[in-house]
Amino acid sequence: MALDDRKSEFTFVGTRPDRPDGLDKVTGRAKFGADMSAPGMLHGAILRSPHAHARIVKIDASKAEAHKDVKAVVTRADFADVPFKPGLEGEFWNVLENVMAGEKALYDGHAVAAVAATSALAARDALKLIEVEYEVLPHVTDVDKAMAPDAPVIREGAADYSVPEGMHPNVVRYHESGHGDVEAGFAEADLVIEDSFVTEATHQGYIEPHACLGALGGDGKGELWCCTQGHWIVQKTCAALLGIETSQLRVTASEIGGGFGGKTTVFIEPVALALSRKANRPVKIVMSRSEVFRATGPTSSASMDIKIGMKKDGTITAAEGIFRLQGGAFPGAPGDMTAMCAFAPYNLTNVRQVGYDVMANRPKQAAYRAPGAPMGAFAVESVLDELCNQLGLDPVDVRLKNAAHEGTKASYGPTYERIGLVETLEAAKAHPHYSAPLKPGQGRGISCGFWFNHGGETSVSLALSEDGSAQVMVGTPDIGGSRASMALMAAEVLGIPYENIRVTVADTASLGYNDVSHGSRVTYASGLATIKAARHAVEKLCERAAAKWGIPVDAVKWEDGCAVPSGPNAGDFDPIPLADITADMGRTGGPISGHFEATPEGAGVSFGTHIVDAEVDPETGKTSITRYTVIQDAGKAIHPTYVEGQYQGGAAQGIGWALNEEYIYGDDGRLQNSIFLDYRIPVASDLPMIDTVIVEVPNPGHPFGVRGVGETGIVPPLAAIANAVSNAAGVRMRQLPMSPPRILAALKDNG
Amino acid sequence: MSKLHVSTTVNGDPVEYLCDPRETLLDCLRDKLNLTGAKEGCGTGDCGACSVTVDGRLVCSCLMLGVEAEGKEIETVEGIADGDVLHPLQKKMIEYAALQCGICTPGILVAAKSLLEKNPNPTEEETRYWLAGNLCRCTGYDKIIRAVMDTAAEMREAS
Ligand code: FES
Ligand code: FES
Repeated sequence: MALDDRKSEFTFVGTRPDRPDGLDKVTGRAKFGADMSAPGMLHGAILRSPHAHARIVKIDASKAEAHKDVKAVVTRADFADVPFKPGLEGEFWNVLENVMAGEKALYDGHAVAAVAATSALAARDALKLIEVEYEVLPHVTDVDKAMAPDAPVIREGAADYSVPEGMHPNVVRYHESGHGDVEAGFAEADLVIEDSFVTEATHQGYIEPHACLGALGGDGKGELWCCTQGHWIVQKTCAALLGIETSQLRVTASEIGGGFGGKTTVFIEPVALALSRKANRPVKIVMSRSEVFRATGPTSSASMDIKIGMKKDGTITAAEGIFRLQGGAFPGAPGDMTAMCAFAPYNLTNVRQVGYDVMANRPKQAAYRAPGAPMGAFAVESVLDELCNQLGLDPVDVRLKNAAHEGTKASYGPTYERIGLVETLEAAKAHPHYSAPLKPGQGRGISCGFWFNHGGETSVSLALSEDGSAQVMVGTPDIGGSRASMALMAAEVLGIPYENIRVTVADTASLGYNDVSHGSRVTYASGLATIKAARHAVEKLCERAAAKWGIPVDAVKWEDGCAVPSGPNAGDFDPIPLADITADMGRTGGPISGHFEATPEGAGVSFGTHIVDAEVDPETGKTSITRYTVIQDAGKAIHPTYVEGQYQGGAAQGIGWALNEEYIYGDDGRLQNSIFLDYRIPVASDLPMIDTVIVEVPNPGHPFGVRGVGETGIVPPLAAIANAVSNAAGVRMRQLPMSPPRILAALKDNG
Repeated sequence: MSKLHVSTTVNGDPVEYLCDPRETLLDCLRDKLNLTGAKEGCGTGDCGACSVTVDGRLVCSCLMLGVEAEGKEIETVEGIADGDVLHPLQKKMIEYAALQCGICTPGILVAAKSLLEKNPNPTEEETRYWLAGNLCRCTGYDKIIRAVMDTAAEMREAS
């Protein structure tokens, strides 16, 4: 049987069929997290700390417990005794502490107790009956202040081995990397610019609040339904936090109403299970929007210092960056990622980057689309833009001159395989947008962006039916149409129509461990596993044909959905279509399935270049985005329309982050803007159409050349927009978001 | 608090429910009538995921009380298709991939249908402003706006 591992000619891949779950989603039938109920179900609600930092002296729940509508109350004592360990090593402890506070409430919104009652209203009412005595402690929410010597300590002993001596205990991880000699590099430069930048925390802003329905019996067996990006991590974490065996908890992922990294951990799920265990009934919990903002993962806020040296011809001689990221009251802020991504697009002789993970009295940060990368790109690409302005150089030419390519030693260590950055820059240069005239008051900005992409543990099964149709079971929740991509890839291998394949997101009892839908990994890793599972089934189909023809199996090949003799010497037989083989499979050896599991390592890094035009109103400071073009390498676009959608969605989120979105804390450490009216994400009338160009430089690590596309699209926008606004306003913007008051202040400072 | 009895019409069907006076129309649709198509994205009238029409008027069902539905005609996303025949807007949303996660889709469909009933020939700007109350975090709106405008064009041609 001859099967080429690499493929470049496609029948199904690259077409744009309707998604398989389209009908359910336009008719209201699709079941999301909050859409499930169970007989005898109770409703849970969570009591949250109003203080940014406080010792919990006493919790008196007796009045709530005595109420006839209340069936259970839980506090930290109702969870397992997970051991504390420093840094990310103790992530189960960190998650537990975040899910339900222990000795201290660590941020405004931190859960301290929960109730289950006979209705959602009764549960909410019962929260008012729980009395909590707090001893309020000094708090800190700003990253620079949290590192200062006099900052209140969030938790002693949280720092891991990487942190140098003498740092404040709120600094919990430290990263340093690079190569060459930056000082020598700066000495060679004709111009060195050093500048500092700040970004505020933003929220992933998925429209579906967290929701779950859990049932856990006294026998330690449980069922959980929830909206999540990865139900195996939910299974594993809930089991650890509740002290039950992982396999005894079956988790089913609902349809998911957006995640962007924010649904890669647990918040309410262990609480619903703990309540259920106590009440002996299923418990449903649905977060309010304000709970989502106050208590689920925003991204980190950042404070950054950048120094870059350049020659008159645009050659970068050295680059250095210090990135301080605040990730809430727990270790995990991706200061290391920010540092590693910041200079990754460039081929640098001398580079050094330092990242800090800093704790403050804010909610535990969660991943948000290329976590850490957008802020670093904002700082670095702003300085590059300023260097180009001062040296009178074209910003695309300068990036092309310094662009990383195959064989470049990356700023963060490895040597790149085939990558597509140069192709995106060339496409930018050739794009009509780049040469279109600007109106007065408008500015243009460009930026490159990088993201690693991820493989991750992956397991896929495929089973053929007697009628020749196929079912594929994947373990990665479908956030943006991935079932369509899986079906296209399976169709490509099997040679049967896309419509004859049904892809299901299997529950945790039906497949082995699958890593979360994150790291832009789904089309890459579940796609690779789907292809290999389909090939596994094809091997068996060929075996059946070989047996029928009485020839060796390597004399059979698979072509256009049929077993055919591999060459003239194999014999003269008519092709047997897949459905003819499956029709007989019960009699020729039994069911035909394919399976694949692995941790694929060849995710293939990804680059993009964005072009933005912005118009700044000098009277009001309001910025309008007038034109936007995303150019990004997809390796191979399986379903190009959904690839475009990822590019557009990333750009739109970046526009919100750049211009408007921010967590605003009062002096009391309380979040001031915990509803969508005050935390305003871009609406339809804020945005222009977002043009896309899909560059395809195949990833050597995927059979069809796929690179993940989900995350890279949010890396360039902050910088590209800041460069456009700075060029329009004639003043360098160093702080995000560039809200009207900040722009007015910058214009005023500039005279 | 004792519950109130409400008789109303949803997608043409007469229905009744008992509700607490504090419960919203959205709560009643979802929890009492099991019509979970309308979603709660915010509960404060800011996201439009709960959009329905009441006597032909577009409203956020999270901002209206269940008891206020007495005697009204409610239309939800579940009533947009005609049996198994999808409304042109539903078809175009799928064709344009104007949904990624799809949580905003029910609200967008109800709102867009209401737009096209009032204005069969909206400009891009009119479409963007009409849908400004419907948040979508996934798509950047590009494909949604295109799907709605293309539907409008197709429906004009057909009529
Ligand atoms: S849930 Fe009604 S507007 Fe958001
Ligand atoms: S498609 Fe996800 S919010 Fe609109």
